[in-house]
Amino acid sequence: MKERLAIPRQAMPEQDATDRNRNFQEVNFGFTEQIAMLEAQRCIQCKEPKCVAGCPVMVDIPRFIRFVAEGDFTAAAQSLLGDNALPAVTGRVCPQETQCEIECIRGVRGAPVAIGHLERFVADWARQRGAVPAAVSPAVSGRKVAVVGAGPAGLTAAGELAKSGHDVTIYEALHQPGGVLVYGIPEFRLPKRIVDQEVGRLQQAGVKIECNVVIGRTYTLPELRERFDAVFIANGAGLPVFMQVPGENLKGVYSANEYLTRVNLMAAYEFPQADTPVLLRRRVAVIGGGNVAMDSARTAKRLGADSSMIVYRRTRQEMPARAEEVHHAEQEGIRFELLAAPVEVLGDAQHWVTGLKCVRMHLGEPDASGRRSPTAIPNSEFTLECDLVVVAVGTRANPLLTATCPDLKLNRRGNIEVDTDGMTSLPGVFAGGDIVRGAATVILAMGDGKRTARAIDRYLATKR
Amino acid sequence: MHLITARTQLSPNVTRLEVVAPRIAEIRQPGQFVIVRRAIGAERIPLTIADADRQAGTIALVIQAVGKSTRELVALLPGGTIQDISGPLGMPTELITAGRALCIGGGVGTAVVHPIAQGLQRRGVQVVSVIGGRSREWVIFEEELRRLGEVLVCTDDGSYGRKGFVTDVAREVLAAGGVDIVYAVGPVPMMRAVANLTRPLNLHTIVSLNPVMVDGTGMCGGCRVSVGGETKFACVDGPEFDGHQVDFDLLWDRLGTYRTQEQHALSLHEEACRVGLKT
Repeated sequence: MKERLAIPRQAMPEQDATDRNRNFQEVNFGFTEQIAMLEAQRCIQCKEPKCVAGCPVMVDIPRFIRFVAEGDFTAAAQSLLGDNALPAVTGRVCPQETQCEIECIRGVRGAPVAIGHLERFVADWARQRGAVPAAVSPAVSGRKVAVVGAGPAGLTAAGELAKSGHDVTIYEALHQPGGVLVYGIPEFRLPKRIVDQEVGRLQQAGVKIECNVVIGRTYTLPELRERFDAVFIANGAGLPVFMQVPGENLKGVYSANEYLTRVNLMAAYEFPQADTPVLLRRRVAVIGGGNVAMDSARTAKRLGADSSMIVYRRTRQEMPARAEEVHHAEQEGIRFELLAAPVEVLGDAQHWVTGLKCVRMHLGEPDASGRRSPTAIPNSEFTLECDLVVVAVGTRANPLLTATCPDLKLNRRGNIEVDTDGMTSLPGVFAGGDIVRGAATVILAMGDGKRTARAIDRYLATKR
Repeated sequence: MHLITARTQLSPNVTRLEVVAPRIAEIRQPGQFVIVRRAIGAERIPLTIADADRQAGTIALVIQAVGKSTRELVALLPGGTIQDISGPLGMPTELITAGRALCIGGGVGTAVVHPIAQGLQRRGVQVVSVIGGRSREWVIFEEELRRLGEVLVCTDDGSYGRKGFVTDVAREVLAAGGVDIVYAVGPVPMMRAVANLTRPLNLHTIVSLNPVMVDGTGMCGGCRVSVGGETKFACVDGPEFDGHQVDFDLLWDRLGTYRTQEQHALSLHEEACRVGLKT
């Protein structure tokens, strides 16, 4: 035990910051087998592990880590994949520092076990070796379930439902499955091939995916209810929010959704080899303090911007972004303009962006969310020169689907209301992920997918 | 994958493709569009559903070849395929159910007017179409529109029909009276001119906007337009809006966002075609 306690937390090998801020290859290289086994030995195998309770999909963390420590990676993979449908994804994008790792007892005195990095290691080990022997294939239930949206919530739910023997079809509006994992999160953080492989694994497990089907347009929710025994709506928080300040329709103002979709889903960083263009500019200002803002600023740098800055109205402490993303952004030379709130986008005679007029903010008392709310300092206006603005201040519910089904109960923000099982006001229709929560994280959406899949399974059993 | 079953050259740079898309053929309504991705690596581009054949399960796409993406689309032949078609997208046209409608189509916009006129005619509305082009060979959908009502043709050079712009002919039709609503689709300056013509008459005028789009489901916000001082997303709130409320200057300006890149991609494409790498 004493030797185990003496092992320091192992660092993630990563691309050098001055190289990586000019390419789209993945930042983190991943643990080697030796590093992983060493790190895994740091886990003291708590009898009542708090880390598991911190995980939205309840991965049995000590169990898979024990297998890693023993060098039995096959067992580790079987254990992890049994709990988590997309471990190669969550190992890369989960905010571990606020979920599992914050609960880790090793963190009380020193650094917590690198649970996320170990998860990624096991998932990648399994991916590189092809199929991990699946659990016993389930008995066919004869029940059909439709899943709306092939993002984190939909994919997770589909995987769980297929495990229970249900006939699952996912309808995806875009031409490629993955949702935010393919349109939003950049290649350097989550390579597309990893999403493709995880999706492929679900398809092998019997999940059907139909792309280019927009529920609310191609089919309505009432039509799905006629054809399926249950429906799970996980179509995400689609609509970008703008700041409602003058100049937001100038050329050179993007929503983060558009900027990232062009670069990620449409591969605009390869233009003109890929057909979709994106504006390339020297000075880029990204408004917001979340992961999407960090992704946008780091993308701008990689597209050749001399200066890429984050403009955020509070301070670093209040930033909702993952700690690792803020850290990586700093390393890559992203500038942080804190306590600044844009009041106008400035443009030239041809209506191209030339700058961002801001006011200086100061922080007052904590608000309902527990964050200190910013207020503007009078007469503190100043201008940041920039020629591209990316607005990353959040998204709201897309009304396409809900508009075709007025019976579906929504809250005042347009998000779908669900009970503790994830069931909506319509029997047999469930919902989860951002369409219920508003913009949240990949792992919370996956947690919804997993929990709701179990509720759907119970619901179908009662209908026999 | 969507099979192309027929291809017709409608004008020197406008091509009509019949494409297999049974579900869209079954439920599409006037005013709706699809997002097309020709192949892996290609752009997603919005195209109006100009017509549909439910029995055959096909839709008609009418494409004006301007940049690389549209040139590659119109180069497709029957037997070829389109990788992805998503839709039908957008709100259906607000159709009146009685009275007389003036439908104005300029250039490739005439193809967008066609399903609107179809919908009106089916509802028993009397349709008068005013369509135009640079010269005779640029006039499209004349025959199809004649099946739905009266058609007045004009050309810029007078080589066919009346000499002049569609607005000149529309002005006369409006002066004669008896028009209950106007639908106008074409180049931005044309739609603006029509809106200016009908505004003093307080005559409801619907225009169809064609901003840059990516996903077509409201997700990117690239297609934002200003209508009555409010920002709208053309892909989900439109693409048709009250022409008297649309900020055409903004639309025109934003359409130029990628002009440099588009020209670059096109010149590379032309060079590749010239040296025989592509056809």
